[in-house]
Parts: sequence; C-alpha cells; structure tokens
Amino acid sequence: MAGHGEEKLLNLTLNVWRQRNRGDAGRFETYKDEARDISTDMSFLEMLDVVNERLIKSGREPIAFDHDCREGICGQCGVVVNGSPHGPRKATTACQLHMRSFQDGDSLTIEPWRASAFPVVKDLMVDRSAFDRIVAAGGYISVRTGNAPEANNIPVPKYDADLSMDAAACIGCGACVAACPNASAMLFVAAKAEHLNLLPQGAPEKDSRVLAMIDQADGEGFGNCTNHGECEAVCPKEISMAFIARLNRDYLKASLKRPRASAAAGGAG
Amino acid sequence: MSVVASSPAAGRRPAPRSRLQRFLTSSIGLKLIMAFSGVFLSLFALGHMLGNLQAYQGAEALDAYGALLHKEPALLWGVRLGLLGLVGMHIFAYLALTRRNNTARPKGYRQRKWRESSYASRSMTLTGPLLLAFIVYHILHLTTGTVHPDYEEGAVYHNLVTGLGGVNGLIYIAAMAMLAFHLWHGVWSMMLTLGLPEGRYGSLGRTVATIFTILVTVGFATVPLAVLTGVLHL
Repeated sequence: MAGHGEEKLLNLTLNVWRQRNRGDAGRFETYKDEARDISTDMSFLEMLDVVNERLIKSGREPIAFDHDCREGICGQCGVVVNGSPHGPRKATTACQLHMRSFQDGDSLTIEPWRASAFPVVKDLMVDRSAFDRIVAAGGYISVRTGNAPEANNIPVPKYDADLSMDAAACIGCGACVAACPNASAMLFVAAKAEHLNLLPQGAPEKDSRVLAMIDQADGEGFGNCTNHGECEAVCPKEISMAFIARLNRDYLKASLKRPRASAAAGGAG
Repeated sequence: MSVVASSPAAGRRPAPRSRLQRFLTSSIGLKLIMAFSGVFLSLFALGHMLGNLQAYQGAEALDAYGALLHKEPALLWGVRLGLLGLVGMHIFAYLALTRRNNTARPKGYRQRKWRESSYASRSMTLTGPLLLAFIVYHILHLTTGTVHPDYEEGAVYHNLVTGLGGVNGLIYIAAMAMLAFHLWHGVWSMMLTLGLPEGRYGSLGRTVATIFTILVTVGFATVPLAVLTGVLHL
C-alpha cells in the first residue's frame, strides 16, 4: 500500500435493501455493529463479505448480491450506493470501489437496480436476463462457422475500429438502466448494436438489427431515453451517449427503407 | 449466451406490425416525432421572435406586419393548423413516452444523486405543460383578445402596449424563463435524437442550443420588459 498511507478502520452505518424473493415486498434494514472496523483497503464487495460473515455468525441470513470476477470486467456486480449506481467513483464497478472512498461514520444506503424489467430476485440481486434477450434479438452477426479468417482480409479504418471497441467495452452490468430517470436501456442497446454496426462484418444486418433490438427493449418494459445523460455518467466503461445518437440515426434510416421479406429470418445463406 | 440465444423469449416481443405502426409505438420512433415537431416549433419561435422585434420600429411598422400576416387567410390558417398539428404531435409523443416511463420503474430509490442530468432536462415534463397553458393564455390574450382588457382588431401595437403592462408583462417574462429551460434541453436533445453523435458538454450541439435559446428567449422577453419600463408606449 505504498503511497496510500496507513490502513484505516471505518465504522459505518449500512441501510440495506432486504427482500426474501420476487414476491416479497422488501424493506430496509440497518446494520451498525456488523459494519464496524472496516478496513479502507477492502473493496466494497469485501466489506459486504465481512458484514455477511458477521450476519452468519449471529445466525442471520447474509445479504445476497451478485458478483463474479471482482476485477471490473464481468459486469455481474452492481448496487446503488447513496443514490449512485456502482457508488460515487467515476468509471468504477462496485467491486473496484474501495472503502477508502468513504469516511469514518458514513451512512450508506445500499439498494438494488430499480426497474420493472430488472425484477429483484433477492436482496440486492436483480434478474438481468432482459439484456440477454435484447442481444439475442439482434446483437450478433450471422457468419458461417469454421476457421477464423485472416485478420486483415477485411480492411477496417482505424477510426471505426476504435469507435467500435469503445462501444464493445460494455460489460452489460445494467448501471445505465439503474441510473436513468426513465429506467431506459438505451445506452446498453446502443453499445450492443453500434459496436457491430460500425464494422464491415456487422453492417449487412444493421437495419434488421436495430429494429429488432429496439422492439425487444420496448417489449421488455424499459423506459424511453430522454437524453438526461445519467447513464454515461455512471457507466463503469465510460460509454458515451453519442452511441445513442448513432443508434437513433440508424433506426431512422432503417425505418425509412423498404423492409426485405427475409430480413428478420437471416442465416438462409 | 448460446443457450439463451437459441430460445429468445418471443412472448415479450411485440407482434409483427406495419412499418408505420412500429414507428408510432417504438421508443425511438416516438422520440423522432418529438424531435421533428420540435425542429419546426423551434424555428417558428425564432421567426415569431424576429417578427416581434418590429415593435421597436413603432406602431405603423408592427401594424403593417400584422396586416401582412393576415393578408392571405388561406395561408394564415394553413400555418395555424400546421402549428396545431405540430403541437399535437409533440404532446402525443410526450404522453406516449411518459406513460411508458412511469411504468418502467414502479419502485423508486430511497436516495438519488444526479451526476450529469441538468435541471432543464429533469423539468421538461413540468415546463412542457406550463408552456402549453401559457400558449393558450397567449392566444386568448393577443390573438383573439378574449382576456385582453382593451383589444382592438388589427391594432397590434396598441394591443401589445396595453396588454403587456403590469402583471401580464411579468407572466410573459416568467413564461420566457420556462421556455429557456425547455429549449436549452430540447434543442440539444433534438439534435441527438436526429442522430448527431455528440458528447454532452463542450459539443457543437450544446453550443448551438445555448446560443439559440438565449437569442430566442431574450429577444421575446425584451418586448414585455420594454413595455414595463416605458420604452414602448402609446
């Protein structure tokens, strides 16, 4: 920990959303004794681990929360901390958020993502399979399987490749939906559609892709984008809402074109 | 992913519809309706403001401008109905989008921290209906004269100076402050919806929105201000 000074211990008050299952109404519970002596070197999830150990030792149900890689790349974790998805730090997932971001005596309100399309499974865990269905609706390219082609067979301008990579950085954590005042998934849809639309491999299915993905997102019950910008502010991968503008443009173009009979079927060769 | 991809939950997907039906009900389609009507309504506001400035050239110039607008009744009513249609489209999109947004988060957060959205963007659903109420009042006031204390048909300058004194003038200025909030988010948002990929701040779209908003609302507000301060008088 060179350069960060000595490890400090924090005493916190946690107000955590507890909900037994989908049907349960849920309520906030306050933990004070369980959140004592929290090291500033811990990550936010490690802090929850410690609180859970203490809950288990005293015979109570631990707090359920999603997590996997704990290195900021899988998109599994994510809770709303004091009104901000993934907590107060910019470009940081909850697992990469460290307790040195907080002060001794702080009170933390910890809530799950709130959206009708993301029903709470338990406590802080939500069901994000709506995202999988949006990707399944059009967030792919139809190619024949086989050996990977030579990388430079299809020239891609550097600018387009960089832009596509910026969109492809989306880890699908759902913070954009959680932060949006309208619970809209537009930043996610834009990232998942545009990283393909920008490349020559993805361009042929551009029109059917944007129409199908927006159809699916609307059907899942996400809200509509009204350009507040909260999504890009909380995105741990700093995906710009400029991609939403690109998606809007592609959607307009696709709507003006005459649909091809087999456009939605695809894969027929 | 492959497991999910092979069986997308088709039940949640809307049934196939005609292109127009799809456009009129999809989230981006409704946004585009909002944006297209917004473009013309913004341009109308700019033209209206420029026309108003002729008040500074005196009664004759303004009354002549009024007479010019009324010269061709078919054209005048065409424009009026067109504007009504645009306002209708704008409200239709607003109602459809808002209804869906209200159901998208049935349970809100206990705590909320805004990081990037502006007061202007969050108050659009408030400034919109308030501006509609103002427009109704404005038409009854200076177009039909129904709520005007001393309305004379065709005497535009007279109606303006007698109508914009006192509380009425203050209402107009307050409405222009609301219009400023509405336009500042609306004009920028419109460019984004029409597909101008821009960052939120320091972008060309933001600069255009800021300049346009100041130009239109300050231009409008000077007229009641000039009446209140006695610069424009009978």
